[in-house]
Amino acid sequence: MPNEILLLIKYTLLYSSVLMMVALGGMFAERSGIINIALEGIMVIGGLIGVLATQMTHGMNPVIQVAVSVIAAGLAGMIYSMLLAFASINLKADQTIGGTALNILATAIAMVIAKRVNGSQSSKLDYTNSSFIFNVFGIDVNVFLFIGLVFLILSFVILYRTRLGLRLRACGEHPQAADSVGINVYKMRYIGVLLSGFLGGIGGFAYIVPAVQSWNFEVGVAGMGFLALAVMIFGQWHPIKIFFAAIFFSLFKSLANIADSVSFLSRLQWPKEIYNMMPFIASMVVLALTSGRSKAPKAEGIPYDKGSR
Amino acid sequence: MSEYIIEMRNITKVFPGIKANDNITLQLKKGEIHALLGENGAGKSTLMSVLFGLYQPDEGKIFKDGKEVKINNPNDANALKIGMVHQHFKLVEVFTVLENIILGAEDTNMGLLEKNRARKKVLMLSQKYGLNVNPNALVEDISVGMQQRVEILKMLYRNNDILIFDEPTAVLTPQEIDDLMEIMRGFAREGKSILFITHKLNEIMAVADRCTVLRKGKYMGTVDIKDVTKEDLSQMMVGRQVSFTVDKMDIQTGKTVLEVKNLTVPSKLHKNNAVKNVSFTVREGEIVCIAGIEGNGQTEFVQALTGLEKIKSGSIKLYGKELTKLSIRQRAKSGMAHIPEDRHKHGLVLDYTLEQNLVLQRYWTNEFKKAGFIRSKAIRKHAVRLIEQFDIRSGQGPITISRSMSGGNQQKAIVGREIDRSEPLVVAVQPTRGLDVGAIEFIHQELVKTRDSGKAVLLVSLELDEVMNLSDRILVMYEGKIVGEFDPKKTTVQELGLYMAGGKRTNEQTNEQTKASLAK
Repeated sequence: MPNEILLLIKYTLLYSSVLMMVALGGMFAERSGIINIALEGIMVIGGLIGVLATQMTHGMNPVIQVAVSVIAAGLAGMIYSMLLAFASINLKADQTIGGTALNILATAIAMVIAKRVNGSQSSKLDYTNSSFIFNVFGIDVNVFLFIGLVFLILSFVILYRTRLGLRLRACGEHPQAADSVGINVYKMRYIGVLLSGFLGGIGGFAYIVPAVQSWNFEVGVAGMGFLALAVMIFGQWHPIKIFFAAIFFSLFKSLANIADSVSFLSRLQWPKEIYNMMPFIASMVVLALTSGRSKAPKAEGIPYDKGSR
Repeated sequence: MSEYIIEMRNITKVFPGIKANDNITLQLKKGEIHALLGENGAGKSTLMSVLFGLYQPDEGKIFKDGKEVKINNPNDANALKIGMVHQHFKLVEVFTVLENIILGAEDTNMGLLEKNRARKKVLMLSQKYGLNVNPNALVEDISVGMQQRVEILKMLYRNNDILIFDEPTAVLTPQEIDDLMEIMRGFAREGKSILFITHKLNEIMAVADRCTVLRKGKYMGTVDIKDVTKEDLSQMMVGRQVSFTVDKMDIQTGKTVLEVKNLTVPSKLHKNNAVKNVSFTVREGEIVCIAGIEGNGQTEFVQALTGLEKIKSGSIKLYGKELTKLSIRQRAKSGMAHIPEDRHKHGLVLDYTLEQNLVLQRYWTNEFKKAGFIRSKAIRKHAVRLIEQFDIRSGQGPITISRSMSGGNQQKAIVGREIDRSEPLVVAVQPTRGLDVGAIEFIHQELVKTRDSGKAVLLVSLELDEVMNLSDRILVMYEGKIVGEFDPKKTTVQELGLYMAGGKRTNEQTNEQTKASLAK
């Protein structure tokens, strides 16, 4: 039993740090007014570049290896998210369609690059992840837990305590008002999307690396980006609430992973899909009850046009 | 040093298809209140947007204190101490009053927002100028009047001393308008210069020193207010004589059309009833007006009457037929036309074309459908006729998207649609809100024509001039009750105002009470 609890905690920590980081990323984009449905694709790209960086830094000082590959993953996500920013801010494209296209494109890019690196038909990349994992009180804890917590605190401070945050939120709520006091709405939205790219890229890397030592990029990141979107909505675009929403979703997702091996749960004989469904059902119920008070940024998804009155 | 603090010389601004400003010159003296007068679409807002840096002029120059300046964005305007209260407030609803005021001009300390110092400054300014606000309240929770004070504080916080007010009184109650005028005079005494955009002549006569008039994008001249009359100004603005009084035939009332009995409507804002036990009748051939200050139950009453909201008790009869159980469409078909208060929310589908909007109330009739399909040709014909008859101006005629039309023409479209149905009862709620004198005159004439043709008109209005001019009987509504009935020929604006204010309470207080009861 204790072993199973430990396993549950391990998975919950793993997933929640990933979901939280990516949802925080989504939050920055949406608070600036851009719907970032491309989080899934950004995660894939971030994960891929992170894995390649891990391979390249193999054998180096673990601190350097972690730092280099995490930053590489973040930058990769950031660069990839620029496509979304350009399409939706400069070209005023439909953000949902643009984001969906980027999701599809990302897996394809990842497979092409992985196969190229392998020199074969397999898009599976192997790496060692020992630098990323520590053992604390008998639980395997990965470095992303700490990175995630740092990002959580930073996100809160940036959003609610700094000039940047105030301006960013104004652009997501009422861009005309922001413009009328001399704030560059386009610039703020770029910042929002790029921050989401950075966090999304690291989130993708954090999903892939700590758990296993090889990854087949054909599966992308298996829907974690979309789950993060749900976490963001469930967390009402607020960092602290996102933190709890991420734990909530991860707990259920982890239950699905260990249901077979936990005696009292396996006796119920529920298929593991039930556990996988639980966070979504719970969030639908909660959202249905609270939808009247949704805190979605008012101007999200609407391209800003300086000329329109 | 130039005589003028701001001089805009020969400004021309062209938008696709329209010359919004054509060689306009505006000279603002230090310490004066300078009105900018013109009908909707005359180019006032465009000119001010040029001054504020939102648009770049195609031709012309701007001078501050005699030196030429370039204003490329609101930051440049701010650096020249130019501030603007926009017609549609530019406030973030989920931010606090304080956050809205500092947005774009934030002080920081080690990268973090410095709100305490800002709060002190805001409180100091609000005390100094009598602009009562609560810095910690969310903008979405405060009254429109207070939102405007927030906009004014935004300018003061930035130490602006050229203040642009873009149609500031359109959304205010009579008391709030008086307060605003006093605040503006205070600014002028202090040496701040004010540009006051409006199409309300009374306000210009009351507060302005000089007035520049625009008509259809062209400069008509600048006059000293003390040398001119209201009639002179309106002639300059419209290009013809406008009558401020409405000619009406003597009243010839017939059968009772609408009978409202003991109507009580619950409020969505507070636990009290919004409309309390209201009874009255409207007969054929008369205009009955419900006067009152905004928020005294008129909105809820009309929504209950037209079926938009449920009632608590009472009855509504149209020619003796009980309406309270009927749906909105059934009520409309029973003989009720409705010119709604909020033309964007309840009057039009903004992203539909003009012709589609003009058949919103009858597209299901056989005139416009055949075997379940819409008859486009009939709709087009109908639209062309109404456009002609009601002088609805738009870019592309019947296929214009309604959103792109000016407010006055949107309203004409609604008035045309509703009056053309020739139902025995027309319910018109603030039919001329925010319109220019030409459009107001037109809509008033249409309502009088409707009355003269033997129909009943129920008018709900906040404008006392309109109430006195149009109605045959006046009912004053205060806190959900009818507190008096008057004959416009035998009463005065002052008497009505007294009843509207409920003796000694002011609107602001009632608002605050509503807020307080909401908080509980």
